[in-house]
Amino acid sequence: MLLEPFVNGSSLLHRFDPRGRVVVAGFFSVVTAVAVRWPTLAVAMAAAVMLCGLARLPLRQVARRLVIANFFILCVWLFLPFTHAGTPLFAVGPFAATAEGIATASRITVKANAILLAFIALVATMPVATLGHALHRLAVPDKLVHLLLFTYRYIHVMEKEYQRLHNAAVIRGFRPRTDRHTYKTYANLVGMLLVRSLARAERVYDAMLCRGFQGRFYSLRPFAMTGEDFITAIVLLAVVGGMGFLEWLSTT
Amino acid sequence: MALHDVILSLRDICYSYDRWGLVLDHLNFDLHRGQRVGLVGDNGSGKTTLLHLIVGLKRPEAGRIEVFGRPVASEEDFRQVRQRVGLLFQDADDQLFCPTVLEDVAFGPINQGKHPEEAREIALRVLADLGLAGFEERITHRLSGGEKRLVSLATVLAMAPDVLLLDEPTTGLDHDTKERLVEILQGLAISSVVVSHEYDFLGRTAELVYYMQAGRLLAEEASAIHSHYHVHSFGKLPHQHSS
Repeated sequence: MLLEPFVNGSSLLHRFDPRGRVVVAGFFSVVTAVAVRWPTLAVAMAAAVMLCGLARLPLRQVARRLVIANFFILCVWLFLPFTHAGTPLFAVGPFAATAEGIATASRITVKANAILLAFIALVATMPVATLGHALHRLAVPDKLVHLLLFTYRYIHVMEKEYQRLHNAAVIRGFRPRTDRHTYKTYANLVGMLLVRSLARAERVYDAMLCRGFQGRFYSLRPFAMTGEDFITAIVLLAVVGGMGFLEWLSTT
Repeated sequence: MALHDVILSLRDICYSYDRWGLVLDHLNFDLHRGQRVGLVGDNGSGKTTLLHLIVGLKRPEAGRIEVFGRPVASEEDFRQVRQRVGLLFQDADDQLFCPTVLEDVAFGPINQGKHPEEAREIALRVLADLGLAGFEERITHRLSGGEKRLVSLATVLAMAPDVLLLDEPTTGLDHDTKERLVEILQGLAISSVVVSHEYDFLGRTAELVYYMQAGRLLAEEASAIHSHYHVHSFGKLPHQHSS
């Protein structure tokens, strides 16, 4: 099930205009992603944690998401320190870890977590439908927005269809093993899922035609920036700007 | 206008599928204003195809279709038809594609050129009429099967159609939801064509039942809906009798 555990709330960030949230999250990610100086990264991390605090998010849920993401970052730690050129710091068997490698891995860890936290606080706090409309208002191409909204709508249907097919195999005694029969069965399953999805897509399009679809979606909820939204946007963008300034300051 | 105006007329319609051959063979069909027609027939006999032909999702290989007295053939013609003829799909998941119920119900009216604010009011009113007040912000894919069916009906009714085409509307519904659907349909004052396998349901929602066989429609007196009083065990459970 695709759950949206963070959307219910009445915090300052939940009230903040969705377009503003997307824009701030976007700028924040770009600045954090290109920054290399530690002071900048420290501010980014602090800002991301503060955003989560501002959104009053359930800490356990946030932690759970971080754990999943950091599992991938663990892979970076397994390889990067030993493959990066630089001064050797210590050796594990025949492999030497370099100081530069460890520094790079640390940067990646901080950046990834800061961006993730900021996105949880700013973007995961709105329903996907709202995100779609916000992106639409921010002049993201229609096709991309539709792709997002349709994926969100039909991913469950596809999952259910997959479950049905899987159950049909299981009740006839199918048990996945490492053999040709298993691979063939899964290949058939995926193939069938594709065929059904295509047929489904045709029926959905037919249903849309029946209701007069002419290639455009319209938003029912007009967004409106309030005074509070402007102040929040200015403050948050100032923080992001400050991060950029800090980075520029320490590079020159 | 008189009660017996023909609003839908199909003449000598032929349609075939590569795999099954001819499913509609010089079929003729008329729907009069205010008439409620039921359509029964075996699986694959072309009932759904017939409905799709009426709204132009499929094009006949031969024959003429007239809707509200005007011949329709091009996509542009059918675009007009779809404004006045609503089709309820067999699978509600095909019909509901917007994230929220309100957006889905307002989708049709907006396409009809209504202002978003007006479309919103129409959607809220239709939902309330169907006893679905308070559903507007619900996420469509999290609705139950019965709720999905009723919301689908709302999306069609929101376009204020003159004709309603229903493709097996009772599939997968429990007794209570079916009852609700019957009440809703009985309360509507629009012409309709209902495809169903359930004679009980058709008996309460259609005045005339056509039987589809060998690519044509049979409307003999013998297949007119009538009622029997009879006794057998488990008679209180909803059930149907095969002929």
